[in-house]
Amino acid sequence: MTGGFRAESVWQALRLAVTALLLVFLVAPMIIVVIISFSSAPFLTFPPPGFSMQWYRNLFADSAWADSLTTSVEIVIPTGVLAMTIGTAAALGLARSRIPGKNFIIGLLMSPIVVPVIIIAAAIFGVFRIWDLTGTLTGFIVAHTVLTVPYVVSTVLASLQMVDEQYENAALTLGASPWIVFRRIVLPLILPGVLSGLLFAMVISFDELVVSLFISSPTLRPVTVQMWSDVLGDINPTIAAIGTLLLLFSLLVLLAEALMGRSGRLGRQGLLGEES
Amino acid sequence: MPSALLELRNLSKSYGSVAAVDRVSVSLATGEFLSFLGPSGSGKTSTLAMIAGLVEPSSGEILLESKPLNPLPPYRRNIGMVFQNYALFPHMTVAKNIAFPLEMRRMPKSEIAVRVTRVLSLVGLEKYGSRLPSQLSGGQQQRIALARAMVFEPPLLLMDEPLGALDKKLREQMQLEIKALHRKLGMSIIYVTHDQEEALTMSDRIAVFNNGRIEQIGLASELYEEPATRFVANFIGETNLFSGTVTEVAAGYCLVAVDGLRFRARHRSGIAQGQPVFVAVRPERTLLSDPKSPAGSTENVVSGDVAELIYLGKSRKYVVRVAGTQVTALQQITSSGGASFNIGDAVVVHWNAVDAVTIADSVRSVAASNPVMLSRSGEPPKGAVLARCGALEQSSR
Repeated sequence: MTGGFRAESVWQALRLAVTALLLVFLVAPMIIVVIISFSSAPFLTFPPPGFSMQWYRNLFADSAWADSLTTSVEIVIPTGVLAMTIGTAAALGLARSRIPGKNFIIGLLMSPIVVPVIIIAAAIFGVFRIWDLTGTLTGFIVAHTVLTVPYVVSTVLASLQMVDEQYENAALTLGASPWIVFRRIVLPLILPGVLSGLLFAMVISFDELVVSLFISSPTLRPVTVQMWSDVLGDINPTIAAIGTLLLLFSLLVLLAEALMGRSGRLGRQGLLGEES
Repeated sequence: MPSALLELRNLSKSYGSVAAVDRVSVSLATGEFLSFLGPSGSGKTSTLAMIAGLVEPSSGEILLESKPLNPLPPYRRNIGMVFQNYALFPHMTVAKNIAFPLEMRRMPKSEIAVRVTRVLSLVGLEKYGSRLPSQLSGGQQQRIALARAMVFEPPLLLMDEPLGALDKKLREQMQLEIKALHRKLGMSIIYVTHDQEEALTMSDRIAVFNNGRIEQIGLASELYEEPATRFVANFIGETNLFSGTVTEVAAGYCLVAVDGLRFRARHRSGIAQGQPVFVAVRPERTLLSDPKSPAGSTENVVSGDVAELIYLGKSRKYVVRVAGTQVTALQQITSSGGASFNIGDAVVVHWNAVDAVTIADSVRSVAASNPVMLSRSGEPPKGAVLARCGALEQSSR
């Protein structure tokens, strides 16, 4: 009996160890980056010899970094708004109409997720050279919108599936025009999906490197491209500082998404509970 | 009908080659409660959706107060509609839900508040204004849906199986409540249901739908006593149907040969000799007796033996095996007990001619007019006896 018990506890310990190792493997690099960003050494060493904020100071003092951060924000916000608008409209149209070739259109809209990024990047680069859009803010916004619309379409389509079409019919018979039906009935009900689509779009745009590399110019670089060129040049902990900032941004977005998702789920649970 | 509130003229809807609604014509008087009754897929809900403007008709006209409704979008029709799953907006409170149609009509806030309170007390839910729909029971949600559909005082209220999701007890209670509201407020209502009992309980008139068409429209008693088609006879209540051929026609009654037997039954206009028909007899209009001491009518007699017996409390239901077919007979249980039979007993089933009605058999009529199918038409007449004829006219209004 004791033998069996011992074997079981050994297995349990092993399972714990593997899980812990896996967690360390996944999380450790991020923690190390955060620690190094506060390093007092002028190069990437771990553990750092002392604490310093110099790399953050450096980051904000160096106009290249400040410019690229501004550029990123200037790309991310319009991209998010555009992708949210286009994606929501597309999802509504696809979910509520009986147009032929619906699945084909959905497939087309989703293709940026499936097609290898390098191929999209090359295609966009080719077209943008003709249209003279490389190295322009408009170019970045257009390219990133193409890449992020599918995320909005899928989150909005998912939340539309939870919205009974009869709500819309009821509102119509009660005297609401289609636009009012959208504003007062449909939009409030799909808002969690729309907002998480917006967050997805913004994170992906902020994080995007491959397409950005193709269409950036020396004077117009988002943060990711700046990091890329910085890493290719001399490596110092500034890169860790910017990495930490990006990590913080992503964490905030994830947190917002989780909070929204929870409130959305709660609302839906109430809805289903009443029906049974 | 000059005073018709709503009129449908040859309304049709087809999806591809399938006709969901096929040339439906109905008119509804002001204050009338009309039910659309039929099995699922019979076109009743599609017809309702066309009146509401949610489905566009393929052809035909809809007139409300003599004005064509077809060109108007649903939000300009001013018709109230109650949906099967209530369709209460889940993100709005009960009061907000009810206020919605009033807000759409740009009513002042103070007036909206008064109306919402009034209609909430009308449906007995004064205290529930600040709740969310998800915090209400099914029956309560139903009442709120009704309140929302009538708060703007539409001339016409459409109800699409509004009680379908409720349990039997609550459904019966709600039927009476809706009926009482209808009487109190004088609303004009079209009520869609697949439940014939519900239609009989609530309606002034019933339109029976089948395969996209109205088979018959009339008072509940007319549909029950004078079914125009085999479908109506079967769908409303239980009925015994005998397939036969008319051998003789007189004013009001005719003789029908059925498998070597002959029955006398009332008939509608347009029945001719040699026509394939059904004779329909309600189980509760039949009388069972012992073959050794037969009682009651001597016409319309069939003999057989009891195949099944079901005790129903106030009556017994017998299934009697008769040569080649079976007859269902419902016998009241009286205080004196009444005659009772057991399974296997030989019995005689009889009924009065006045309780049997003749229904044209459209399928076999078509077959008979088609030479290729002639051999499959009904049995030839086998002789008949003719008796007294009562006056009976088709009583449609």
